[in-house]
Amino acid sequence: MLKDKDRIFKNLYNDLGDDIDSSKKRGDWSNTIEIFEKGREWIINEIKSSELRGRGGAGFPTGLKWSFVPKEVGTKPHYLVINADESEPGTCKDRDILRFEPQKLIEGCLLSSYAVNAHKCYIYIRGEYFNEGQNLQKAINEAYEKKLIGKNASGTNWDFDIYIHYGAGAYICGEETALLESLEGKKGQPRLKPPFPALIGLYGCPTIINNVETIAVVPTILRKGAKWFASLGKPKNTGTKIFCISGNVNNPCNVEEEMGIPLKELIEEHAGGVVGGWENLQAVIPGGSSMPLLPKKTCETILMDFDSLIKEKSGLGTAGIIVINKDQDIIKCMARIARFYKHESCGQCTPCREGSGWMWRMLERMSKGEASKDEVDMLMDVTKQIEGHTICAFGEGSAWPVQGLLRHFKKEIEKRNNFNPLIKTNKNIPYLVDQHLLDKDNA
Amino acid sequence: MSLKKISKNQPENFQFNEENLLRAKEIMQQYPNGKQQSAVMGLLYLAQKQNDNWIPLAGLKYIAKILDMPYIKVYEVATFYSMYNLTPVGNYFIQVCTTTPCMIRGAYKLVEACKEKISEKENQLSANKKCSWTEVECLGACVNAPMIQINNDYFEDLDKEKTLKILDQILKEEVLKPGSYRGRKNSEPEDNRKTLLEINNA
Repeated sequence: MLKDKDRIFKNLYNDLGDDIDSSKKRGDWSNTIEIFEKGREWIINEIKSSELRGRGGAGFPTGLKWSFVPKEVGTKPHYLVINADESEPGTCKDRDILRFEPQKLIEGCLLSSYAVNAHKCYIYIRGEYFNEGQNLQKAINEAYEKKLIGKNASGTNWDFDIYIHYGAGAYICGEETALLESLEGKKGQPRLKPPFPALIGLYGCPTIINNVETIAVVPTILRKGAKWFASLGKPKNTGTKIFCISGNVNNPCNVEEEMGIPLKELIEEHAGGVVGGWENLQAVIPGGSSMPLLPKKTCETILMDFDSLIKEKSGLGTAGIIVINKDQDIIKCMARIARFYKHESCGQCTPCREGSGWMWRMLERMSKGEASKDEVDMLMDVTKQIEGHTICAFGEGSAWPVQGLLRHFKKEIEKRNNFNPLIKTNKNIPYLVDQHLLDKDNA
Repeated sequence: MSLKKISKNQPENFQFNEENLLRAKEIMQQYPNGKQQSAVMGLLYLAQKQNDNWIPLAGLKYIAKILDMPYIKVYEVATFYSMYNLTPVGNYFIQVCTTTPCMIRGAYKLVEACKEKISEKENQLSANKKCSWTEVECLGACVNAPMIQINNDYFEDLDKEKTLKILDQILKEEVLKPGSYRGRKNSEPEDNRKTLLEINNA
């Protein structure tokens, strides 16, 4: 188990208060100016050598992303955009950061905006998190009052403003280019990449988009050093991560742990075990609903980090762990996830818009046992038609969970679905083109 | 993408009141010059708040005028995002999350409770015309499942009985405390804390 002193989010459960004075006592804003003085290059290199990977799902190295923006500001200003549109089913980590550790996020915004040459930062919060947004606004106002941000932020000669932009209940706006569209006041439909936002993003200007958790850990990394961060976790999967454990466990919770912690330890130690005991476990979705599920056998040994999970044909995603025990109907659970994707598809690309509905309807029938056996393969075919044929990763996100279900629970689906729409005839000879000539009954 | 019903009864006119007009200007100033279109989402929220939780078409036209953008663009935004109501809902708008993490912890029992107390069908007003309910996708409080959102507040760690009680109080227009209804502190592991035990502000 990670030692408490190595935890970044010490106020994860709000034991200590989220106001600026309590946050300062926890070390936020303590030597921001010293970090500034070390310079832009140093900050980016420190983040690079800490091997921090984005916490929003894709796991892209943050330092590398930052180094993509133009070194000098040209005719267009740079922007920093924080993605707080947390809508992935199973994930609720950013909510706690917004509520209880807002100063970490604000300080992170300041430091990373300096690193990428941006004077303006937009925080895109999902519309449902209205109270969380208000709390963040309160924290931002406090920071303005203490001159930590604003003109000459923290005495660093760097002007910096933060604005909050509320979303309005569209999951797709968590995709970075859809988020930019939404921020520009349009429908949240993803853009084609390239050009990547680091060169052409918000209002056509260079833009860096990062998840809340990624930015909120930046100040601590710069303060304690990249070496400290890299010493936690595993190589290429360093540091700590907030895991959200939900579903059929005795004590569902958020907990910050080291990357690469065994899944079994997370469930047994922190979440109080599976309801009905470990033997009652059916499957686990390890990284939010977009990631393929893992059967019990894999759950025994799997480590929770990006690379170990990719080896098992799944992914860490947002680290939203959904535990499903044997009391649940796994096909129904996945049908509900398919319905989620059908509801949230933005409608831009045909394979995703139509396919997500097909998958949902087929799974709904399969959960009731009204499908035929060859439809199981047909469903696999549909997922393959969506995957890789869409503008954004939503296509993969909707197809992978179904593929995971088919990979591990195909037998169960086939056992339940025996519907045969064809009229059976007794034929002993193999089918020929002119079979009707042989088949006297049909002739 | 969700299906949106547009109300058949539309008011003739819509205008921001003074307070909201000021607020609207504030929101527009957040964005660079010439990019005032970005403020459309914020302004739609203001209109919705001012007009009893729903936006009339006159409101969309009014916002289009303020922001100097085509009406159809505002219409597109208002119909694309699921949180803009284009048809009247209750003053107390109850949203039940039924996505998988909530579902496996019994969210459909909460739906039953809503059906019993408010209305048989989604998006219908209750007998006293104060409440309506709807099923929604993940609200992002999965470790506190199952949960409902009433206007802006989250009510967490529920079961059917607790929901019935909450709904009774809401129908009587009592003010309720949001948060966990099992007495748990935010998202901590209930009675099983193993972390951050001896941490203090220092």
